[in-house]
Amino acid sequence: MAFENLSEKLQNVFKNLRSKGRLTEEDVKAALKEVKMALLEADVNFKVVKQFIKTVQERAIGQDVMNGLNPGQMVIKIVNEEMIALMGSETTEIALKPGSEVTVIMMAGLQGAGKTTTTAKIAGKLKQKGKKPLLAACDVYRPAAIDQLKINGEKQGVEVFSMGDKQNPVDIAKGAVEHAKKNGYNVVIIDTAGRLHIDEDMMAELAAIKEQVEVHQTILVVDSMTGQDAVNVANLFQEKIGIDGVVLTKLDGDTRGGAALSIRAVTGRPILYIGMGEKLSDLEQFYPDRMASRILGMGDVLTMIEKAQEAIDEDEARKLEQKMKKAEFDFEDYLSSMGQMKKMGGLTSIMGMMPGLSGMKMPEIDEAQAEKGMKRTESIIYSMTPEERRNPSLLNPSRKKRIADGAGVDIAEVNRLVKQFEQARKMMKQIPGMMGGKRGKKGRFNLPF
Amino acid sequence: MSEEKKGFFGRLVAGLTKTRETIVSGIDSIFSGFSSIDEDFYEEIEEILIMGDLGVNATEQIIETLKAKVKEKKIKEPSDCKQLLIDSIKEQMQVEEAAYRFEEELSVVLVIGVNGVGKTTTVGKLAGKLKSQGKKVVIAAADTFRAAAGEQLLEWANRAGVEMIGGQEGADPASVIYDAISAAKSRKADVLLCDTAGRLHNKKNLMEELKKINRIIDKEFSQAYRETLVVLDGTTGQNALSQARQFGEVADLTGIVLTKMDGTAKGGIAVAIQSELSIPVKYIGVGETIDDLQKFDANDYVNALFDVKEDREGA
Repeated sequence: MAFENLSEKLQNVFKNLRSKGRLTEEDVKAALKEVKMALLEADVNFKVVKQFIKTVQERAIGQDVMNGLNPGQMVIKIVNEEMIALMGSETTEIALKPGSEVTVIMMAGLQGAGKTTTTAKIAGKLKQKGKKPLLAACDVYRPAAIDQLKINGEKQGVEVFSMGDKQNPVDIAKGAVEHAKKNGYNVVIIDTAGRLHIDEDMMAELAAIKEQVEVHQTILVVDSMTGQDAVNVANLFQEKIGIDGVVLTKLDGDTRGGAALSIRAVTGRPILYIGMGEKLSDLEQFYPDRMASRILGMGDVLTMIEKAQEAIDEDEARKLEQKMKKAEFDFEDYLSSMGQMKKMGGLTSIMGMMPGLSGMKMPEIDEAQAEKGMKRTESIIYSMTPEERRNPSLLNPSRKKRIADGAGVDIAEVNRLVKQFEQARKMMKQIPGMMGGKRGKKGRFNLPF
Repeated sequence: MSEEKKGFFGRLVAGLTKTRETIVSGIDSIFSGFSSIDEDFYEEIEEILIMGDLGVNATEQIIETLKAKVKEKKIKEPSDCKQLLIDSIKEQMQVEEAAYRFEEELSVVLVIGVNGVGKTTTVGKLAGKLKSQGKKVVIAAADTFRAAAGEQLLEWANRAGVEMIGGQEGADPASVIYDAISAAKSRKADVLLCDTAGRLHNKKNLMEELKKINRIIDKEFSQAYRETLVVLDGTTGQNALSQARQFGEVADLTGIVLTKMDGTAKGGIAVAIQSELSIPVKYIGVGETIDDLQKFDANDYVNALFDVKEDREGA
């Protein structure tokens, strides 16, 4: 899968960049070469990538590596920050007129981008917010497009204004706005036919609608799987009709969605929503930071680094690491590492931040169940004497029985925990390198990526 | 829009005009702007191919081949590189002669792909083509999910003058296929064209549904020749690879239909897929009318891509 590939690649590069205090030109260039490939594989437009890499390079060379990060992570941090900045830093909503004033929204895009579906989804969203939307069926070209809008509108409980497929889209749009004003609708969403950005006639049609109906918001709908061509599409729509916002569709697929970055870079317009499924409710808010890590394919690695930095006390970590290496890890340590994990937001939250895992839904892991299990484990350990916690080999059957009674669990559960613990200890002995401490600065508890 | 009858090449050239302008102006400046073949030169080629959506891997392969040939043939002039580059891509994109066997015998054509790539339109156009060749065609409208998909296809079926078997919105698509097979048999149709709902290739249950459809065709219509076409949007970037790969896991893909090639997209992903998955592009969609589905011709395609003007022949 694309996600894993990229993360692995970057990690391999960054392994070679460890244990240096300041980012040298050589380091940054080596890292950014991979970032460049990653962005290209994610379909970010080549020119956008080039400009982007240049910006990051200027910023990164000579920077002090932040305490607690290795140089590779530092570069990623900068890359990520720049991407978020480019993507618009915060979420934006469609600007609506207050009260009963009519807001006219026009949808535009290429064929198959998902305009009709998105139109109905937006209507449903606005209806939830207490608006009274009207849909205008202006796609008179694609067979059955009007029927599709009607059916989707019905599902959302939103009225669809149609004049059949024999009328001019400009007239239909005008008619719809009039109908809205007369009948107390305060939002009109105009669904238009898919068109090529180089089709002069069809682009002129959109311009005509805009000219003859007062359109307040023009929204470009773009397939998130679009390749290098995304810049041409965005550019021409912006130039010929002008756009106010973008909806990215089909992001529930496995595309990395580099088009988002390209479009944003070209138009400077905010991405408003993302389409996350076929159901009409699957239209979600756009979060620039999430999109940045998706394009980069690093999960939310940075967030994880940051959280880990806050949560883990350095001394404690160092001690823990030493103990792990010598397999002296005991139940006290087990408790404290569990505590740290909780501070980082629990098991599922951490897994969600891991590259490669973040994109996947994880039905196997029932979060509630896992947290419950951790609680039980905790209560078993608390039922041990401090002596027993430090020296698990003391645990004979009668002690185990006492612990089970104290924790209110079956003795089998105590046995299982002790067994798991022994196995974990053995494993740690075998793979001390996984903890990464040796190479990290000041022997800090580095995470395994 | 009044669309005159154009030959395949003319149509393709019209569709690819923008493509050529971007890709070729780059190429030309490369081939003339460099006085020797060095790393910078190759890097520039790499950039241009990537801009054409060929993808990092396919691009690297092409460059490797090019480098090897340049060395072998002791080529010194950058301009001589151009023909080499064109030839190697042409060679890679060649379609086998047996690729269109399904047109000649009793066959079932299953058309699959993600949402919005143009499956229904492709089925409609294909129906028109086959009908004009004198074939008896039945269409199965197995997209029972998207609102009004059946109506859309019916419009195409009427334009082509062929029969369509459909189901209610929300009906089991496999049962529609089943019914269509019975209809095709009893009407002694030559070709059964099956339209399916768009599905993202990472949705497990929808891919299972496709498997079921596939099984039913195998079981109920085993005497028919099987053709399974995955429709890919020519404007799609690297994700098209993932699509081809994962649709290939649930059905034996026999070809690709590359749509929306009349825009500015370069459709280079076709080269990437050919290179990585060896699935041939069989058709190319260059417009919205029923005639705008064309057999893929590697020579024409690459010539148009690189603006080679000689041997221009209409089809």
